[in-house]
Amino acid sequence: MLDRDESRTTASLIIPDPVDVDVTRDDAAGVDSDVMTEEMLVNMGPQHPSTHGVLRVVLRTDGEMVLEATPHVGYLHRCAEKIGENLQYFQFIPYTDRMDYLAGMNNNLAFALAVEKLAGLEVPERAQYIRVIFAEMNRIASHLVSMGTYGLDLGAFTPFLYAFRERELILDLFEAACGARLTYSYITVGGVTDDIPAGWLERCVEFLDYFEPKIKEYNDLLSYNHIFIKRTANVGVIPPDRAIAWGLSGPVLRGSGVAWDLRKATPDLVYGRMDFEVCTGKGRMGAVGDCWDRYFVRIEEMEQSVRIVRQCIDQIGGAAGGHKAKMPKILKPPAGETYYGIENPRGELGFLVISDGTAVPYRVKARGPSFCNLAILNEVATDCLLADVPAIVGSIDVVMGEVDR
Amino acid sequence: MTPEQISRRLQDRFADAVRAADASGLHPHAVVEPGRWVEVARFLRDDADLAMDFLRSISGVDYPEDGKLVSVYDLISTRHGHAFAIKVEAPRDNPHTPSVCDVWPAADWHEREAFDLLGIVYDGHPRLTRILLPDDWAGYPLRKDYEFPREYHGIPCSTETNQERPLH
Amino acid sequence: MVPAPDYIPLINLPRPIEAVAVIAVYLGFVSVVAMFFIWWERKVSAHMQSRLGPMRVGGWHGWSQSLADGLKLLSKEDLIPDEADRPLFRIAPYLAFVPAFAAFAVLPFSAKFAFVDVSITVVLIFGILALEVLGVILGGWASNSKWSLYGAMREACQIVSYEIPLGLAVLTPVLTVGSLSLVDISIDQGGGIHRWLAFRNPFLFVSFGVFFIASLAANKRAPFDLPESESELVAGFHTEYSGMRFAMFFFAEYAAMFLIGGLAALLYLGGWYDPFGIVLHMEHTPSLVWWAALAGAGIFVVKAFTMVFVQMWLRWTLPRLRIDQVLYMCVKVLLPLACVNLLGVALWAWLFPGGAAQLAVQIVLTVIGAGGAGAFLAILVWAMFFRGRGITVSMLKPWTNLLHRTESK
Repeated sequence: MLDRDESRTTASLIIPDPVDVDVTRDDAAGVDSDVMTEEMLVNMGPQHPSTHGVLRVVLRTDGEMVLEATPHVGYLHRCAEKIGENLQYFQFIPYTDRMDYLAGMNNNLAFALAVEKLAGLEVPERAQYIRVIFAEMNRIASHLVSMGTYGLDLGAFTPFLYAFRERELILDLFEAACGARLTYSYITVGGVTDDIPAGWLERCVEFLDYFEPKIKEYNDLLSYNHIFIKRTANVGVIPPDRAIAWGLSGPVLRGSGVAWDLRKATPDLVYGRMDFEVCTGKGRMGAVGDCWDRYFVRIEEMEQSVRIVRQCIDQIGGAAGGHKAKMPKILKPPAGETYYGIENPRGELGFLVISDGTAVPYRVKARGPSFCNLAILNEVATDCLLADVPAIVGSIDVVMGEVDR
Repeated sequence: MTPEQISRRLQDRFADAVRAADASGLHPHAVVEPGRWVEVARFLRDDADLAMDFLRSISGVDYPEDGKLVSVYDLISTRHGHAFAIKVEAPRDNPHTPSVCDVWPAADWHEREAFDLLGIVYDGHPRLTRILLPDDWAGYPLRKDYEFPREYHGIPCSTETNQERPLH
Repeated sequence: MVPAPDYIPLINLPRPIEAVAVIAVYLGFVSVVAMFFIWWERKVSAHMQSRLGPMRVGGWHGWSQSLADGLKLLSKEDLIPDEADRPLFRIAPYLAFVPAFAAFAVLPFSAKFAFVDVSITVVLIFGILALEVLGVILGGWASNSKWSLYGAMREACQIVSYEIPLGLAVLTPVLTVGSLSLVDISIDQGGGIHRWLAFRNPFLFVSFGVFFIASLAANKRAPFDLPESESELVAGFHTEYSGMRFAMFFFAEYAAMFLIGGLAALLYLGGWYDPFGIVLHMEHTPSLVWWAALAGAGIFVVKAFTMVFVQMWLRWTLPRLRIDQVLYMCVKVLLPLACVNLLGVALWAWLFPGGAAQLAVQIVLTVIGAGGAGAFLAILVWAMFFRGRGITVSMLKPWTNLLHRTESK
């Protein structure tokens, strides 16, 4: 492998000014001036196969070396926050679907929880269980996409389709519950829009039984693949202190070895009753906090999500109440404000909701995990090879719908 | 630490800088004087008991009636698990707030976003440019008195009239 | 050494007619093979990914999909970017396409089906194949796109490096047989699987691996598909190409795939001989000579297709290497290995010119190589038979269980 330090010196090679050097001299300086290298600015995106949407990264390169990678965002900006200031609380739920469109359920949940806290609403226990089931199932679906596309970024096409095969089954389950396959708006303020249909839990267990052994298969196919490890281990290392300082969250933060999970730190819903582990990167293939760790945290989290869903299904029978709290026709929370963050598949999705006592929020601010996680790209993707940039961007796993909002 | 304790500790340490505090509500926070904000931020981060090492979010809020643009900093401590918010107010006609990029690098993009959408100028930010909107966009959309442009470089933007308090 | 059967030209016709006939047959064959591979690759990838692939065009399993694609590409607009170097941009696909097809001229299918047999076929064929890189570099450079340039530079870098281990690996069978003619090399391997060059001695066994890996890299197939790596360079050197020019690059690649597979078969896997010595026996029976030629060609094609299948299989399984790893692999692994092999083969020929020890080694290597492949096939068949349980990767990679064990907390 290329010695990293060596290549760095090559990259910063000082090129003598051609005017000053007499090329006819046959000493060392004259020979040096024959090799004229130039830095090149390359636009990676907004249309590029591995930028996961409309991310644009401007790369300053010297040959295959990337000296600087500057992300430019905003190509998908819709100013959802302004829209939020113009709609009733319920009406904003569908807009949250479109932020992190791979984890619609979790987005709904974050906003619903924020509004419920603001309005002082109590959600029935059964609804809480249903919410946790759907949030965790969506986490599995989201991590599947993340895993699959990460393989794609590194040139392994096949795991992507395996991941989508399993994700389809989850989407089928979601469709059975709420009729939608991507933008659910299922979890809403006060509970969930409808109770789960008869036989749904059995189907869910069936899926989990089918899905659990598949995780091992992904590991065999991708995680422990020698080339995959070579491509991801020791690449894009984020030390834990930098990860916290940059406000990273979710698998990106945990990949750096920080056991920080809002499901444990601020247990809401019924997460407090669940027995699960916070998965962290342990540096098994290289340094702690490299791309492989971030990737593998997601694989491990799928296992944990399966555990949580199983526990929920076991416990939901004894849960009291219906699927939704009794709600006023038009919700008018008392004037006040609150911030509520939950653990999305990609990290902390927080909503700051300010009410002025009317039916429309005064201010809705969304703190998207992708947005915050992407900010570190400039620091991580420097002095790496061109092929490492997709590896790093993919391991940060951004959804541009949420970055740009 | 409970929000009350955090608030008390801040007021003890910076009696003149922490102007008002609401530690009991749904969003426990303190209002900090802009001039001392960086100092307070460093204290929040470095104090062993507070250890607010994780900046969750910076939200700009526009209060035209009060003539203020408020930056809301939501903080949480990964060491202790407690959360607290800080508000820093800036006058609406000349909104300047010191940047805390040096304290929490996470503030970088959040501050750019607040600058982009609300026009709050964070002094000391290394590259305070628009982040979500095009560089030549006029106005700050999240301000309450923002008027949506009819067109942008010849692209028609909206056929609606600007509604004051819309769609109920 | 087994005495070679008489070698006679293909057909006894007047020279010009023969030439036209041969060219028609051979161009047709190469085009059909390339198109078949495109369809086949889509089917192989689809079935590996639990999809079906093309199913509609032409009826049975979408067999004419490539034909339809070809027609579509023919009718597409031939775009040339404004800033491109127009003449070079136009000529580049042909420069890639012609060598890949030309190399077929000297590729023997069996003792009687060799269009041209010159005494230095091996050198000629690799010389021609090396020209393909020119088209790629030119195409990437003339496109005037940064991504294409990256692709072209990677291709140049890769080809220049991998030609060396590839050449050294090819020299080992040449050294063993003592001829540069592919026909001679193949004829030397008749008479049973233990005579195949890959199983002749341990150095050749390893050399086959070196040859196959290096040939993948030389033909920019995954995991060495860096010049066109989709997720990094969009499409690399052919980013800016459309229509038939794009198809030319494609055809060149797939034709070269067959060449690589065929060369692997000729140089290491017994050429057109079956594992049991039947074809050799037929060749020595005067009444069956033509049948032997036909059967031999069939066997050769099967072998070449198997190697092509392996190339596809690798492509849809493995992630892509990084450029530094590609070069590391070449310079620090394959190159020393190839040198050692070359020396080893020479020493071996000097130490064991034949006899019982040589035969014993051949049988052991045959058991290892063919037995391994057979066991693998058996697992596959078993897994397909018990389809309810599905073929899992773990079945084929039992050693990964060790990794899982360390993972358990």
